[in-house]
Amino acid sequence: MSKPLLTSRYGVEESWKLANAERAGAYEVARQALTARKPAELREEVKKANLRGRGGAGFPAGVKWGFLNPEEGERIYLVINADESEPGTFKDRSIMDLDPHRLVEGAIISCFAIDAHVAYIYVRGELAFSVNRLEEAIAEARQAGYLGERPFGIDHPIDVHVHAGAGAYICGEETALLNSLEGRRGEPRLKPPFPAVKGAFGMPTIVNNVETIASVPDIIEMGGDAWSALGRLPGDGGVRIYGVSGHVNNPGLFEAPVGITMRELIDDYAGGVLDGRPLKAVIPGGSSTPVLDPQRKVDAPNEDHPLHKWHGQSEIDVPMGVDTYRALGTMLGTCCAIVMDDTVNMVEACRNLMRFYKHESCGQCTPCREGTGWLVDVLDGLCNGRGKPEDVDLLVDISNNMMGNTICAFADGTAMPMLGMVQKFRQEFMDAAVHGLPDDVRHDASVRSSVEGVA
Amino acid sequence: MAFALTPEREQQVDEILTRYPERRAALLPVLWLCQRQNGWISPEVAEYVSKRLELSTAVIKGVVTFYTMFFDEPVGENVVWVCRTLSCDLRGGKAIQDHLEKKLGCAAGHTSADGKFTLLKAECLAACGQAPMVQINDYYYENLNVQQLDRILDAHAAKGGEAAAAEFSSCASFGAPRGSNGGAVTSAPPPPTKEAVRVASRPPPDSTGDES
Repeated sequence: MSKPLLTSRYGVEESWKLANAERAGAYEVARQALTARKPAELREEVKKANLRGRGGAGFPAGVKWGFLNPEEGERIYLVINADESEPGTFKDRSIMDLDPHRLVEGAIISCFAIDAHVAYIYVRGELAFSVNRLEEAIAEARQAGYLGERPFGIDHPIDVHVHAGAGAYICGEETALLNSLEGRRGEPRLKPPFPAVKGAFGMPTIVNNVETIASVPDIIEMGGDAWSALGRLPGDGGVRIYGVSGHVNNPGLFEAPVGITMRELIDDYAGGVLDGRPLKAVIPGGSSTPVLDPQRKVDAPNEDHPLHKWHGQSEIDVPMGVDTYRALGTMLGTCCAIVMDDTVNMVEACRNLMRFYKHESCGQCTPCREGTGWLVDVLDGLCNGRGKPEDVDLLVDISNNMMGNTICAFADGTAMPMLGMVQKFRQEFMDAAVHGLPDDVRHDASVRSSVEGVA
Repeated sequence: MAFALTPEREQQVDEILTRYPERRAALLPVLWLCQRQNGWISPEVAEYVSKRLELSTAVIKGVVTFYTMFFDEPVGENVVWVCRTLSCDLRGGKAIQDHLEKKLGCAAGHTSADGKFTLLKAECLAACGQAPMVQINDYYYENLNVQQLDRILDAHAAKGGEAAAAEFSSCASFGAPRGSNGGAVTSAPPPPTKEAVRVASRPPPDSTGDES
């Protein structure tokens, strides 16, 4: 790992303006790709890059592109998911605000590669500022002849439009996003058909995350193999933007290769736990990814276990990859970690997140609509001293009955972290069931005096 | 009274319609235009959108009520969203909400007596590394403490939202507080801000270090 790639222009003065971005190399790859390369070659490079989708699920982008098989007369759409809403996640916003031309360039190359003529960037409604940044960047690119009827002079019209959402976490789910794009309530669709077959406006559609598309110019420039080799894990290539929030000394975003460990991320990049306090737990990649407990050791005595190499080491010493984290019983998600020090009560933290899911469930499927509310009711009881020990198993029971019983992954994304919390911090839940929580328990004990300005 | 968009916004609607193969897809962008002009999606607005996009008012109502940012009742001159999801709460989100309620004299979900501010609780606003934060109208204010928050609200009252944003919003600098008194104080190191941007493009500390 040497020079930054994805974030290389973040430090450029007014990096969002075309002239400045171009001086720092923007659109060189798109020009070369559209004028001198064939779409099939470009798709092959993305496939070789082992680019695992950056939106959370980690599906290989090149493979997803390969699902396209349009019928006669169908037009393909590219939809870029900028509905960044997973609690803890704030990386895509930085690309849109600080280097929108990288996203536009990635969209141009991707449209050419998958034979799309229109790309929609679906930005969550709260990010009005990012919407404006992107619209200005698109207008500049159109003016310069990089978008429009003949981008870079070739006969392959490409246009990019920004579509603002209006506040709904579920619209990050790709089929809910498509409904929202079409002017409907953001309720996920039953699959199959998958978007690659029947997506936006009934047409074959590829939905990719912002960071995924923003990685495409570097992949095409370096070649898929070379870019993949930047990562430290097999089948999981390149660099990505890690985020760290919560109780660390230096919260923020950090570009690093795929495969650094959580301990490196917290200690070496984010400056360690706030004020040197002990690390209690970390949610690795957005709130839907089950929590890691640094005290727990990897249990993989079997030599053919994918994590055998890390047998006996702390969970936070396993390299962060889509497959390694799945083997660990969690998910890599968006790679934006929420760090909690020893002052945090896990039942209260869990209640905070479950309230989020209750608020954001779209309500279509009964197990999710009712389950999320029920979880909050039970957690409220535990926190308020009205709980009983059986409630802890009830949390597990509700979660198990949500998983796999709904149209989309939202219910699983609620149940998995809930189960992880109970599994790893069961004693705290049992204590709450017996004693409740102290009245003054809160998450921000370690920073409160500085926020409130009291000595 | 019947609602109508300004001529400039009408032109924008025409342009928006060219972006999509189906008329209905313009619904969210058109609702945004209407809400920016009218403050909320009143029955008259729904009536107008219904005619303009050839959709039933029932469809429009269904969409409006699905999304948290469309208001189906009037709101204050400014809307303050305070993020209370975990990352913000770990860094003082509750303290920020408590202070807002005290300062504005209304609980979350309500509008201040002078009609200037509606205070609403938000779920994660994708600013977790710059917590705690609030969104006021279109702008983010990050790395907050209560003193900074007071300055921001006072600027809104004295000079209006756009001027306050120009002085204090962290949007343009991705988290960097602006203005002479900009530095938010946390017990953490100086707010990440410009540094965060540099950090973001810095090679990992364990590399050979020749790049930084």
